[in-house]
Amino acid sequence: MRELLNIIFTAQFLHSVFRVTTPILFASLGAVIANRAGVANIALEGIMLISAFFGVFGSAATGSALGGFLIALLSGLICSGILALFTLYYRANVILGGIAINSLASGGTVFLLYLFTGDKGSSTSVASKTLPEIAIPVLKDIPFLGDILSGQNVMTYLAFIMILVVAVFLGKTTLGYHIRAVGENLKAAESVGINVKLTQTIALLLSGLLCACGGAFMSMGYLSSFTRDMVSGRGWIAVAAEAIGRSNPIGTAAASIAFGFFNAIATAASTVGWASSLVQTIPYVSTLIGLFAFSYKEYLKLKKR
Amino acid sequence: MEYLLRMENVSKIYGNGIVANKDVSFSLKQGEIHALVGENGAGKTTLMKILFGMEKPSSGKLYLRDKELDINSSNDAIKHGIGMVHQHFMLLDSFTVAQNITLGIEPANHHFVDENAAVAFTEQLSRQYNFAVDPRAVTGTLPVGIKQKIEILKALARGAKILILDEPTAVLTPQETEQLFEELVKLKKQGYTIVFISHKIKEIKAISDRVTIMRAGCSEGVFNTSEISEQEISNKIVGWKIDTSIHKKEHAFGEARISVTNLSYYGGEKVPILQDINFQVKSGMIMGIAGVQGNGQVELAEILTKSRRVESGSVKINQSDIQSMTIKEMREKGFGYIPEDRQRQGVALTAAVNENLISNKYDTEKFCNKGILKKKKISEYARQMIAEYSVKCSGENGRIDGLSGGNMQKVVVARECMEETKVLIAEQPTRGVDIGAAHIIHQNIVKLRDNGGAVLLFSADMAELIKLSDVLAVMYEGRFVAYYENLSEITEEELGLYMLGIKKQDESQIRRMCYE
Amino acid sequence: MSREKSFHVLRTTVALIIAMLAAFAVIFMVSDTPIESIRLFILGPFSKPRYIGNIINTAIPLIFSGLSMAVVFQASQFNMGAEGIFYFSGAVISLIAIWVPLPVGVHQVVIILAAAVIGALIMLIPGYLKAKYGASELVTSLMMNSILLGLGSYLMTRVLQDPMASNGSYPYLDTAKIPVIIPAFKVHYGLFIALLCVAAVSVFLYKTKWGYEIRMVGINAKFASYSGINIVKTIIIAHLVSGAIAGIGGSVESIAMHTRFEWNGLPGYGFTGALIAMLANNNPVSVIYAALFVAYLSTGADIVARLSDVPAEMSTILQSLIILLIASERFLHSFKQRWMERGIAK
Repeated sequence: MRELLNIIFTAQFLHSVFRVTTPILFASLGAVIANRAGVANIALEGIMLISAFFGVFGSAATGSALGGFLIALLSGLICSGILALFTLYYRANVILGGIAINSLASGGTVFLLYLFTGDKGSSTSVASKTLPEIAIPVLKDIPFLGDILSGQNVMTYLAFIMILVVAVFLGKTTLGYHIRAVGENLKAAESVGINVKLTQTIALLLSGLLCACGGAFMSMGYLSSFTRDMVSGRGWIAVAAEAIGRSNPIGTAAASIAFGFFNAIATAASTVGWASSLVQTIPYVSTLIGLFAFSYKEYLKLKKR
Repeated sequence: MEYLLRMENVSKIYGNGIVANKDVSFSLKQGEIHALVGENGAGKTTLMKILFGMEKPSSGKLYLRDKELDINSSNDAIKHGIGMVHQHFMLLDSFTVAQNITLGIEPANHHFVDENAAVAFTEQLSRQYNFAVDPRAVTGTLPVGIKQKIEILKALARGAKILILDEPTAVLTPQETEQLFEELVKLKKQGYTIVFISHKIKEIKAISDRVTIMRAGCSEGVFNTSEISEQEISNKIVGWKIDTSIHKKEHAFGEARISVTNLSYYGGEKVPILQDINFQVKSGMIMGIAGVQGNGQVELAEILTKSRRVESGSVKINQSDIQSMTIKEMREKGFGYIPEDRQRQGVALTAAVNENLISNKYDTEKFCNKGILKKKKISEYARQMIAEYSVKCSGENGRIDGLSGGNMQKVVVARECMEETKVLIAEQPTRGVDIGAAHIIHQNIVKLRDNGGAVLLFSADMAELIKLSDVLAVMYEGRFVAYYENLSEITEEELGLYMLGIKKQDESQIRRMCYE
Repeated sequence: MSREKSFHVLRTTVALIIAMLAAFAVIFMVSDTPIESIRLFILGPFSKPRYIGNIINTAIPLIFSGLSMAVVFQASQFNMGAEGIFYFSGAVISLIAIWVPLPVGVHQVVIILAAAVIGALIMLIPGYLKAKYGASELVTSLMMNSILLGLGSYLMTRVLQDPMASNGSYPYLDTAKIPVIIPAFKVHYGLFIALLCVAAVSVFLYKTKWGYEIRMVGINAKFASYSGINIVKTIIIAHLVSGAIAGIGGSVESIAMHTRFEWNGLPGYGFTGALIAMLANNNPVSVIYAALFVAYLSTGADIVARLSDVPAEMSTILQSLIILLIASERFLHSFKQRWMERGIAK
C-alpha cells in the first residue's frame, strides 16, 4: 500500500492521469451534447472502436497521422449518422440501436482487421502513424508541474480544450441554444419553428465526432496500433460520467477525470505487484459506486418532494 | 373591409369520427378584444388551433383582410401576423427572459448569440408595449403572471398583430389577472386585435367587446358583450338533453366511504389548486362533480388515487387514511378507479383482453392458487365479462389495442366495477365512447351503487352527471361552489352560473356535503 | 395468428432477408470464391452430422442466454449482465467440478443449482440499484461484466490454474461432466436441461402471478402500479430469474463442452442473447428457434472461415444488422399500416 501511495504522488503518475482520462473525456463530452438535445448516444463504445480502427488504417493508407485522424473523424461521423437514421427516423429503440452498433463495431473491426492484415489480434504489422506529443516551451521547465502538464499527446490537450469549447458552444452559440431548447422542452422549440429532428441529428453527429477523437487517440496516441476490443468499456464509463455530471460539461469533465484517475491507479497498482486481474476492475468498481451514489442522491431528492 | 379576419363554415372532423367544429363562422374586427367562450369539448380551442396552423380544417375558408389564407403551419400563421399564447407555456425554464423571447430568432454574430442585442431587443419591446420584464432574469424563477407576459411579448416580437390567448387567467392570481387586463387594454389602444378564450364569464364581461359562444362544436352566435347578460351567456353555453333511461333504486345512504377533510393542494404553484375541500360520499351514493375542466377536478382525483401527495388535510377511504395504505391495500378493501387517460393508465395496450381484465384481481384466491394462475377460471370470467358488457373483440386472448375506444373502456369498467368494489372513482367514464357502450357502462355504475357502493363521478358531460348522480357538487377554481342534494332542483340556468363562476352558494349550503 | 403477430413475423423475415443479402454482398466483396463461400455458408452446416450437432450444441448456451434476456426484456429492463454471469458462474462452479467429489447425477445437479444461486445473487446488484434508485441497469450491468471478468481471472490464476496445462484449470472430475446423447451428432444432455428451462420460463411468465406482474410492468409500469403491483419487487424478481438462468447456462456449457475451465475472456453469449430474445419477441418457446437460427448462422460462418477466406466475425456483423432492423419500429411502418388495415377490412 505504501508503495502505491508513493507512486500516486509522483509527477509521472499525475501525468498519466491526464493521458488516461483523454478518451473518456472525449466520449463523455460527446454524450453531453447528444443528451442535451434529448437523444442519448449509447453507441459511444462502438464509435470509439470503429474510429480507432480507421485511424490506424487511415494513417497507414495516407502515410500521415493527420490523414488517419481525419479518416477516423469521418468514420465517427458516418457511424453516428447511421445511429441518427435508425433512432430518429426509423424510431429504433435507442438502447437497442446503441447495442447493435456496439456489436457491429466489435465484430466488424475484427473482420476488417483480419481482411487487411491476416491477424485477428492487432494491427502491429501495419505501419500506422501516431499523433505527436507536444512539449510546451516554458511550461516544460517548471519543476513537477511541468512534468505533469507538458509532453502530453496533442489529443490530450485537445480534449481538455474541448471542455471549454463544448461549454461555450452550448452556452453561447445559436446552435447550442437550439440544442438545449430541444432537449429541455421539445414543444417549446417546435413552437418557435426550430427543426427538432435536424437539431437532434446534428447533435448526434457532433457527439460522433468527439467520440471519434477519443477513438483516434486510443490507437494513435495511447497505443500505437489497433487491438481487438481495445476500448474495453471506456465508452460505458463515459456514459456513466455524463450521467453523474448531469449533462453539464464541467461536471462531466470532473467525473471523467475521476474515472481516469481510478484507471491510472489500476495501472499503477499492477506495477507494484497487486494482482492485475483484480486491479483492472478498479475503474469499473469506481464507476459502479459513483453511479450508485448519484442515483441514491437523486432518490433522496425525489422522496422529499 | 368590415372584418379583419373571417373564418367561414369551418368544420373539423377527426379520423375517429369526432366532430370538433361543425360549420363554424367566426369574425374579428380590427382592434377589438373578442371573447370565445364555451364548455370543454365545445370546439373553441380547436377553432383557434386551426387559425394558428396547428390543425387543418376539414372544410371552410379563412380570410385575412378579405384575402384568402392558406395556413399549413404555425410558421405560416406567424408570418401573417397571428400569434398564440398557449394554455401551457412554451417556455424554457433554464433560459433567461431575453433568451426565451428571442428563441429561434436570436441576434447573432457569426453564430455566437449576441446576448446584449437580445437584452436590448427585449428592453425595447418591454418599453414599446409597457410590459415590465427583466430581460436577464431566469425564467424558471418567475411567477406565472410574468411568464405569461413573456409569452405575449414573444408573440409580439414575431410581428403578431392578432393575439390568441388560450385560457390566460387559468393560473393567475386575481391581482395578476387585473394586471393582464390592463396590458390587454393598452395593446388594444395600440391597434392590436385580441382573441380571448375563456370559460370565466365575469372576466369576459369585464374585458371583451364582442363574444362568440360555442357549444358542442357549433357556434351559438356572436354578440356585443354589453348587450348580453351573464345569465344569457350561461344559458347558451350550458344545456343538456334529459335522459331518463336509467332507473336507480330508491334507498337510504349508508356510512361514509370517502371522507375528505380540509384538503388543500398547491402542487408547487403559488395559487392553490384545491382550497379547503370537504365532503363525504356515502354507501349507495353517486356523487357527481360538475365543472369546467381545469378547476381542480383532475388534481382531486389524482390525490384520491395516490398519484399526488396529500399536502394538508386528510383523505379517508373505507375509514382508512390513504396515506397509510398502498394502492394494493386500497384495492384489497374494495377500491376501484376508472382513469381519465384510458391508454396510459387504464390498460396495458399490448396485453390481452383477459390479462387486462384481471389486473386488480389476479392474485386473489379466485384466480390464483399458490402463485399459479387459474387459467380456466380466468377464461370463464373473461368470457362472462365480454358477454355481459357486449365487448366487441376477436376473443379474450386478443390484444386489447385491437379494440375500439368504447370497447376498451368497457373492459376497464368491467374490471373496476366488480361485486367487491365498495368505492369507485370514475373520471370521464364515457368519453370517446359510443352511445351503446355508454349505456352499458352507466348501467353497471348504477348497479354498483344499488349494491351499496360509493361512487365519485367526475364528468364534463352534463347529461351523464344529471342522469347518474344522486347528489351533485360544482367545482370552480379549486373550491366547491354549489351542492345539490336533490337533482330535481337543478336548472340549466342556475348550474351554468355556478360552473362559470358567476354565482356561488353560501357556506352553509356547501357544508351539507360533509354530513356533519 | 393475430394480425399483429403475423406482421412481426413478416418484418422479422424481411429483416433477416435484408441481412442475408448484406452478408452475400460482403462475401462477394471479400472472397475470391464468392459462390463457393456462399454455398458453404448456407448449406455447409447441414453437410455433416457433426456439423448439425454443432448447430444444436452452439444453440444450447444461446437458448439459456436468450431466455435470460427474454425475462428481463419482458419487464422492459435492459440488463446485459448475462454475459458476465455466464463466465463467472462457469469459473466458480469449477471449484465444485474439480475438487468436490459427488456421485454422478448429484454432482451435476449441485453444480447447476449452485450456479443458479450465484447468478441470481449477482443480478441482484444491478437489479436492486435500478428498482430502488433508478440507476441505469445498462451501465451497472456492463460494469459488473468487467468486474466479474476480473474476479474470475483472479480466481483462475490463484486457485484454478493447472500449472501443467498450457491453458486452463485443473481438469473436471468425470462425475461432473454432462455426457453426450448421440455420439454421431455429439449433442449433449444439456439440450434437455435447456428445453426444461424453456418450459419452466414459459410457465413462469404466462401461468404464474409473478410472470404476470413482470409482463404488465414491462408493458405499462403506470398501469401496473395503479393496479396495485409492487414495481420494485417485480423488477428485482425479473432480475433474479434472469440471473439464475444465465448461471445455469454458464455452468451447463462448462461441464458439457469443456473438460476444464478455459475461458480467457467473456465468452460473448450475453449480447447474442439480446439478439435472440428480440428475434423471439421475448417468447420462451420462440427463443429455441431463434437460437437455432443464430447457431446456424454462426456455424455457417465458422465453416466459411475455415474452408474459405471470409472471417467468421461476419456472423456478428449479420446479427448486429438484424437487431438494428428489427428494433426500428418505423421500419416498414407505412407497410404495416396497410397490412393492419387490410386485416380490419377482412
